[in-house]
Amino acid sequence: MCAAAKDAVYVTEDLIASDIDAYLEKHQHKTMLRFITCGSVDDGKSTLIGRLLYDSKMIFEDQLASLENDSKTSGTQGQNIDFALLVDGLAAEREQGITIDVAYRFFSTDKRKFIVADTPGHEQYTRNMVTGASTADLAVILIDARQGVLTQTRRHSYLVNLLGIKNVVLAVNKMDLVEYSQERFYEIVKEYSHFAEQIGMTSFLPIPISGLAGDNIVTQSENMPWYQGPPLLSHLEDAPLNVAQMQDAPFRMAVQWVNRPNLDFRGFSGQIGSGSIKPGDGIRVLPSGKTSRVKSIVTYDGELDSAVAGQSVTLTFTDEIDCSRGDVIVQADAPCEVADQFEATLVWMGEAEMLPGRPYLLKIGTQTMTATVTEPKYEVNVNTLEHLASSTLSLNAIGVVNISTDRAIPFEAYDKNPDLGGFILIDRISNATVAAGMVHFALRRSQNIHWQALDVDREAHASAKNQTAKVVWFTGLSGSGKSTIANIVEKKLHAMGKHTFLLDGDNVRHGLNRDLGFTDADRVENIRRVGEVARLMTDAGLIVLTAFISPFQSERRMVRDMMEDGEFIEVFVDTPLEVAEARDVKGLYKKARAGDLKNFTGIDSPYEPPEAAELIVNTVDLTAEEAAERIVEALTR
Amino acid sequence: MTVQETTAPEKTLTHLQRLEAESIHIMREVMANAENPVMLYSVGKDSACMLHLAKKAFYPSPPPFPLLHVDTTWKFRDMYALRERAAADAGMQLLVYKNPEAVEKGINPFDHGGLHTDMWKTDGLKQALTHYDFDVAFGGARRDEEKSRAKERVFSFRSANHRWDPKNQRPELWKLYNTRKSKGESIRVFPLSNWTELDIWQYIHLEGIEIVPLYYSAPRPTVVRDGMILMVDDDRFPLNGEEPVERSIRFRTLGCYPLTGAVESTATTLPEIIQEMLLTTTSERQGRAIDHDQAASMEKKKQEGYF
Repeated sequence: MCAAAKDAVYVTEDLIASDIDAYLEKHQHKTMLRFITCGSVDDGKSTLIGRLLYDSKMIFEDQLASLENDSKTSGTQGQNIDFALLVDGLAAEREQGITIDVAYRFFSTDKRKFIVADTPGHEQYTRNMVTGASTADLAVILIDARQGVLTQTRRHSYLVNLLGIKNVVLAVNKMDLVEYSQERFYEIVKEYSHFAEQIGMTSFLPIPISGLAGDNIVTQSENMPWYQGPPLLSHLEDAPLNVAQMQDAPFRMAVQWVNRPNLDFRGFSGQIGSGSIKPGDGIRVLPSGKTSRVKSIVTYDGELDSAVAGQSVTLTFTDEIDCSRGDVIVQADAPCEVADQFEATLVWMGEAEMLPGRPYLLKIGTQTMTATVTEPKYEVNVNTLEHLASSTLSLNAIGVVNISTDRAIPFEAYDKNPDLGGFILIDRISNATVAAGMVHFALRRSQNIHWQALDVDREAHASAKNQTAKVVWFTGLSGSGKSTIANIVEKKLHAMGKHTFLLDGDNVRHGLNRDLGFTDADRVENIRRVGEVARLMTDAGLIVLTAFISPFQSERRMVRDMMEDGEFIEVFVDTPLEVAEARDVKGLYKKARAGDLKNFTGIDSPYEPPEAAELIVNTVDLTAEEAAERIVEALTR
Repeated sequence: MTVQETTAPEKTLTHLQRLEAESIHIMREVMANAENPVMLYSVGKDSACMLHLAKKAFYPSPPPFPLLHVDTTWKFRDMYALRERAAADAGMQLLVYKNPEAVEKGINPFDHGGLHTDMWKTDGLKQALTHYDFDVAFGGARRDEEKSRAKERVFSFRSANHRWDPKNQRPELWKLYNTRKSKGESIRVFPLSNWTELDIWQYIHLEGIEIVPLYYSAPRPTVVRDGMILMVDDDRFPLNGEEPVERSIRFRTLGCYPLTGAVESTATTLPEIIQEMLLTTTSERQGRAIDHDQAASMEKKKQEGYF
């Protein structure tokens, strides 16, 4: 073994060799701490992690040989070992010399196993840092002693605090390059304290270190006798764990899976998020509110007398009550809140910017539902902490929004219980994870708006007209013939004695939606309002025809979801761009091509054709009359 | 002796209890959304752990998916024996897939070099997933195994032709896995992502999980080629005038027997194996010939669809 590893005090090589059983017994009782290291590009983050792996003997001889080899060819430390090469993983980034994603590293000491999330320092990668921080008990914020507190230090600290990490280590690195100056160290600590106070960080532990030279990593540095605190590793071994702290909170478990091997057994499987549970305890299932008692805690290893936060178990109840995936089992006398509107902080992670009003999927706990997001109340400039006005959030932006879900969900404030207060947003078309969110609180109005039960209901309205309410939704490029065809369809239906109404751009944009323009966000809102109006009209029993470009699949699906099954008929007026542009009835394409008209669908704004429209009419082969004929035929069939 | 019964000195769970709970959580999340899941089973120690965790995750139900072994026909005989028994014990269906083209051409590690792994394993796996139309496959890979794996997600998405794009991975926050896939995509799920080799061995020890006897040292017939000790497991091994020598050996990792290097050892119990592992100075993957190319070889193989 190499010389440096021999110095490592926590490698109990002797015990391994002399009494392996005693060693194993000891190691079975280790706990696990997850932490994140953040720092700017040259703060020596990879070097520090490489040092921890190296000192804790997580590097084998063959890896060391290849490391020594790599250090000479692509290292930055001359003939010395470049620890950073150990952790910079993917080939492309190794060439660029920067880490570009989240990597997880493992090492352990006698007391603990550690999982390190290594995340990059570049500004554009807020996404990765938030990802790494979401599972961390502790954060190590690295500062280059020569540079002091930088903009990036502030950003990382803000994010660490935002994600609710309470244990923060300020590792002032490269002390060897400032002559191990006590004065310099305290200067930096003072500057950082001031900033920490500003962002509401309650405490942090400053440690002067050198990752390269090994000062205050494993043992007290002889170069800095003025520092009396623990070396970095001792602190990592003693820091409190989130999972332990969550045991004192009231019991919560999100149901993942209902276990029904046979008719006699019905168990509810999940990982306990907080608190503890034992047979006989009273529970409540949310959102239904039904109560029962725990009959047994079932595991492969036998029934348990009790279980605590962090364990994956299966519970059975004394009563047969409804409970399924997505429900949350809570302590009967200390339930959590249930609501469908929230204020939350969002960290935007999608390549495409957030569209207020667009329905996204929201996953919280073990349930996924549709949710819409309002315009941000403000966006946070993470460098200056200023609140900025903004109408959207783009990649890596952080802002506060209101969110409304399509059903009431059990939740808790993120700072109280990340398990029931942290959520992700998913784009419904690309399926990409586009945002991480943290719930602040429920909006009071969500509990106060109740549906008025109507005596004359939608069925009554429709049957009085002797018809079934429908929405016939025409979508297609400008100039494809939507309005023309919709008009003919309405005439034909009217002649048949049907009660209809045609909504199109002209009668909507001049009134209801006159405040909206043609940006993506406004197009989304335009369609949302049209959808809501169409829904009210179906409640009134009408057959509603709409003629809007409606370029995005998401919004068309949103409107579809507003209606009853089978009520929404999507008609794709399929006209190639060249044909629509050649027609150019309103002269709009010409303007758009000349640059006089911005955000024109098909030219500089995309059109997403339907994947499964109920009807497709091709206006190249059919006349408008023929197309209308087919649609009426399909509608009255 | 079980992990659940062990009480930690702190009020909190031990690292193995937490790893176990996390793996179980991941497996149950998969079940909530998958249409046709499968567990890839290679008969090695990691597969043994993963299978054991699956039994725990769904108990008292049996794991609600089949096991799939992508066979190369060149595994150790001991592996084939355990394979059948393990599946039966778990009450699971065992599917064995052999690439028909490799069967027909008689692809073997002695005559065909890299083609052996490409055809039997890489192509075989892709064909099997397509053949059975599996949308989610559990795999036993760990992040500590190799540098490029440290960045792989727990839920790893593959295109319709099974390629991995390291630049386009979904962020995984908290324990909220986004399990939605687009048309044609499939998912590889790695429930052991956060386990290390030592964790696996300790868990096997604590839980009494059955593993292939080849992990334990015994006198076995061997030859040495290119510095690797190879076991002559059956008479398909072409001996170029070599006389197999009986050596006390064991394997730290198991694959196709002509490609898997043994280590000389006296470790015949799990604690002795762990002891040897902790005192050893070479990393686990060194026993596999497949990794010996350039540093980024595993990443390349992965992009092409090798697990």
